[in-house]
Amino acid sequence: MTEVARHLSAAYGFVERNWALTRRYLGWEVVWIVYSTISTLTIGLIGVDSQGIVGQDRVLYLLIGALLWSYLSVLFQTMSETVAWERWEGTIEYTFMAPVRRIAFLAGQGLFGITYALIRTAIILGIVILWFDLDMSRANLVGGFVVLAVASLSFVGLGLVASVLPLMSTERGAQATHIIQGLLLLCSSVYYPVTVLPAWLQPVARLNPATYTLDAVRAAWMEGASLTAVWPLVARLLLAGATLLPVGLLIFHIGERYALRTGKLKRNG
Amino acid sequence: MQKSVLALEVIDAYKTFVDEDEGPQQFWRRFLHPASRRRVVAVDRVSFRVQPGEVYGILGPNGSGKSTLIRLIATLLSLDGGRIRIFGLDVQQDLIAVRRLMNRVSVDAAFFKKLSAMENLDYAARLYGLPIGEARRRAGEMLERLGLSSHKWYTPLENLSRGQQQKVAIVRALLTNPALLLLDEPTTGLDPQSKRDVQDYLLEVQQRHHTTIILTSHDMAEAERLCRRVAFIHDGRFVAEGTPEELKARFGCRNLEDVFFAVTGRRAGEEDIGA
Repeated sequence: MTEVARHLSAAYGFVERNWALTRRYLGWEVVWIVYSTISTLTIGLIGVDSQGIVGQDRVLYLLIGALLWSYLSVLFQTMSETVAWERWEGTIEYTFMAPVRRIAFLAGQGLFGITYALIRTAIILGIVILWFDLDMSRANLVGGFVVLAVASLSFVGLGLVASVLPLMSTERGAQATHIIQGLLLLCSSVYYPVTVLPAWLQPVARLNPATYTLDAVRAAWMEGASLTAVWPLVARLLLAGATLLPVGLLIFHIGERYALRTGKLKRNG
Repeated sequence: MQKSVLALEVIDAYKTFVDEDEGPQQFWRRFLHPASRRRVVAVDRVSFRVQPGEVYGILGPNGSGKSTLIRLIATLLSLDGGRIRIFGLDVQQDLIAVRRLMNRVSVDAAFFKKLSAMENLDYAARLYGLPIGEARRRAGEMLERLGLSSHKWYTPLENLSRGQQQKVAIVRALLTNPALLLLDEPTTGLDPQSKRDVQDYLLEVQQRHHTTIILTSHDMAEAERLCRRVAFIHDGRFVAEGTPEELKARFGCRNLEDVFFAVTGRRAGEEDIGA
């Protein structure tokens, strides 16, 4: 087997392993999908007025925010909790002493994360369309999903950066990843335009790839904008992905070297 | 691979850790004055050589540095000083190539416990780039040889006994045909029958495939049975090395357990050294 084939095999190994674990924890998967669906519906209902009249644009604005946040946060967690998860299962030493380059690890985890998050988002999207009887005839659904796929690169990179924290601090690292996730939510246009943020936070929101993702997907799904029309936003997302992926790998490499030096690459810290 | 190449060459291996076992006040003192951090020497200028096909034991009490040494060889820790070469390859410079040559069984069978033995073994096969069909066939043969009947192969590992899990861990390590097998207290906590099964199988594999094995253990009888040479480590240093017969003669002891007490200065009862 060639070197490339070996690493492709390893990348597929991560996908296969995660899929097997998802099946074993099926009960929890159902719980999370139900919870995310209810949460999305609840946020969508904010857009319905006291007479029960659905403000289509207002509802759609909120629903797209909730759906996209569901997608991006699942993807981010898949990446950022991978180290904490291996430590919890007790497999961290076995996985990290295998002859696998971290790019294969990133590819496998990222591919699983994107597929898993897309399936979850599609299920929730179907339910909310039926619940609110939304007219999506003008929407460019495919265009929106393409934007999501492009945005995924940035979130895989960001997740990889955050995944280093449990390597550096075995007890507090996993907690810190949730703070990063919260900041990404706050400094973006998930539920409100960036302009309502305090002036000092707005530059941060403009650096956040979630902001561009939401703007582009809302344009595609609410106004039926084509990919050409949202190209400037997609180009920024591509640039963010092209920057964050190598930066994530570099930071992960530095974090792993730190863990090797300090003895933190073990199951019980 | 040339016959003259050593399976393992450890030269002046040195490893220290920052002592983390301090209270919150010490935490702030350390944070403000990083130079005041107390360092503990875990492995202190250890050197030894192992020939291809040899079974070499590293024995010592708890906290003596055995597992740290194994983790240095396994590339799970970086050296502060010295060098380690595996079949001529440097563990720090030739990382991927070195990792492909070896595998490890640790004291705790580290698995995805919700997954079955076969699912965990599939994962191992993928990580090491093995053809999956061939890997499953070989895994089945080894599991059967170790007495794990086929209906247990697809049961979540959390439902298997510790001894059965450890047998799966040994199959996982051998599945990749390692030239160097690191066994870090592989039979600790196993019942006498499981312990005997594992030891017999390791001897069989070593003789059939000429696998080099590094074994750490508290169990002196196990070391005497499996190892051609053993070294005693105490406070991070090698304090004696040789064949079991040489060591017994040198220290005037009847068995390796007595040698252990002689070289570590411990009396019976001070240390649980197993059966």
